[in-house]
Amino acid sequence: MTLKLGVPSKGRLMEKTFDWFAARGVAMRLAGAEREYSGAVEGVEGVELVLLSAGEIPRELGAGRIHLGVTGSDLVRERLPRWEDQVSELVQMGFGHADLIIAVPRFWVDVDTLDDLDAAAAAFRARHGHRLRIATKYHRLIREHLRDAGVADYQLVDSQGATEGAVKNETAEAVADITSTGETLRANHLKVLSEPPVHRSQATLFRSRSAGWDDTTLGTLQALKTRLDLLD
Amino acid sequence: MSVAQSTPPAPADRSGAEAARFMAAFAEAGARPIEAAILQEADLLLDLYGEDIRARAFTTWDPTAGEMMLRPDFTVPVVRMHMDGGADPARYCYSGPVFRRQETDPGRAREYLQCGFELFDASDPARADAEVFALFAEVLRPYGLRAATGDIGILTAAVRGLDISDRRRAALLRHVWRPRRFRALLDRFSGKTPVPQTRAALLGAADPLADAGPEIGLRSRGDVMARIEALRADAEEPPISSAQVALIDDILELKETAPNVLAHLGDIAVDLPAIGDATAMLRARLDALDAAGVDVDALEFEASYGRTLMEYYDGFVFGFYAPHAPGQPPVATGGRYDALTRVLGRGKSIPAVGGVIRPALLPDPAETAT
Repeated sequence: MTLKLGVPSKGRLMEKTFDWFAARGVAMRLAGAEREYSGAVEGVEGVELVLLSAGEIPRELGAGRIHLGVTGSDLVRERLPRWEDQVSELVQMGFGHADLIIAVPRFWVDVDTLDDLDAAAAAFRARHGHRLRIATKYHRLIREHLRDAGVADYQLVDSQGATEGAVKNETAEAVADITSTGETLRANHLKVLSEPPVHRSQATLFRSRSAGWDDTTLGTLQALKTRLDLLD
Repeated sequence: MSVAQSTPPAPADRSGAEAARFMAAFAEAGARPIEAAILQEADLLLDLYGEDIRARAFTTWDPTAGEMMLRPDFTVPVVRMHMDGGADPARYCYSGPVFRRQETDPGRAREYLQCGFELFDASDPARADAEVFALFAEVLRPYGLRAATGDIGILTAAVRGLDISDRRRAALLRHVWRPRRFRALLDRFSGKTPVPQTRAALLGAADPLADAGPEIGLRSRGDVMARIEALRADAEEPPISSAQVALIDDILELKETAPNVLAHLGDIAVDLPAIGDATAMLRARLDALDAAGVDVDALEFEASYGRTLMEYYDGFVFGFYAPHAPGQPPVATGGRYDALTRVLGRGKSIPAVGGVIRPALLPDPAETAT
């Protein structure tokens, strides 16, 4: 049985993943035609490369259809309930850094903390007749974060892209999204609350707890970990 | 029942049989059996319970009606039905499945039977509270459960009696059901948590909105200025005295038998006369419970009980717990929810008290007896 390793199928995340493994003596390359989503691994025997959208890798890990997977730690926490029961972190890979943050319009000079956000939400609801809307695709992480902080009178509205534009477009009053440099936020007249981020994300190599681990795949894992210098 | 059974029934069967027994007892107590739709409007539940309900209820989508939820409980449909023209007093009972998402504990049930009894009676709240509790205590007697009681009305009366501005009072009352945020507010209003630097700078600024960027979104410049005004007024307000905070702490820590709590509240009321009415209400309820045959002297009372059970319980609250089942949700819960009827009735409020039982969590009576 081969060890299935899921990696992002396109973009910078794929390139950086390939670079990270190459720097440790494990060469990955795409097989066949340029647009074909299959690949090969050299340097360790018995590893099969599975190219997937980064957003699908958490689900495949959780279902045990791949043994290992590279994806953002934010996506694993958002998409897998009780993620620690389903996967374990083998190594944080040191790229793809991004913070999950809550941002509000810069002219909200009265809102700097979750405390303020809560108070603003109460007043907003009383005045505008509906709960203060926060646009995000990170529903679970944001809801849990706000619940722990005791924030009320808000509602999450789904936004799968261009989230920073939601305030200007009046589909939300605030946003919760991933940011690395904050440039897009600034360009859209938003500011980040001065609290620690909801989550500091980076590309991480995860191991599935539910994948079928037999002697062969465990042996392959051991060889791969030796190659990657990940032995305890 | 006289039907002899050689093998014990499957758990689901036993729940059904027990539910039928509870329904018969509730009907005997004067309740009219009612049904409720399984699909409920999501908007209403979201407005009442906030975003957290999405983590607890199954949502689905209808192309014309929009977002719907599988009923997470019967309370809202029962109250709405009653408000559309029920008698006063009115008693209702129901039995049927409710649905809960389990995001954090895959071992918990997603669909389970709930049997409930609700009483709408404006005449004598203490007697109505006692009637509901005594009924639950009676039907649950065979199972050897532990009862816990509380009264959210004592805490809210104490907050109403604090020597603070209406703005601070409203902020505290809004978070009675979120103990951590309530504590954070209390710490800030009493000066225990210092004002953040950024806040001081904001309030000191001649033009707080200078260089603040364009006005975008529905929350307007006027909203921002109104909050700054509120923050300025708040900064002027003296801190809540440590003596007053201590009174709130005393109340939150009360956990004894009901008569002892009553005696303590009498002492606290000397310094905080505002809890006088709530204390009198508790006394009247204990008298009514005693008259209804409840052993009041042994009844556990905890002043902070029920704060996380359900938002909108705003008076008497109770729960029944299976012994030897730590971490398991309560077998039965209930309480007074006048606040909910106030929100649903848009100003019109109907005093209401009720409770629900989850038959699947009942311990086996045979086990309990030994």
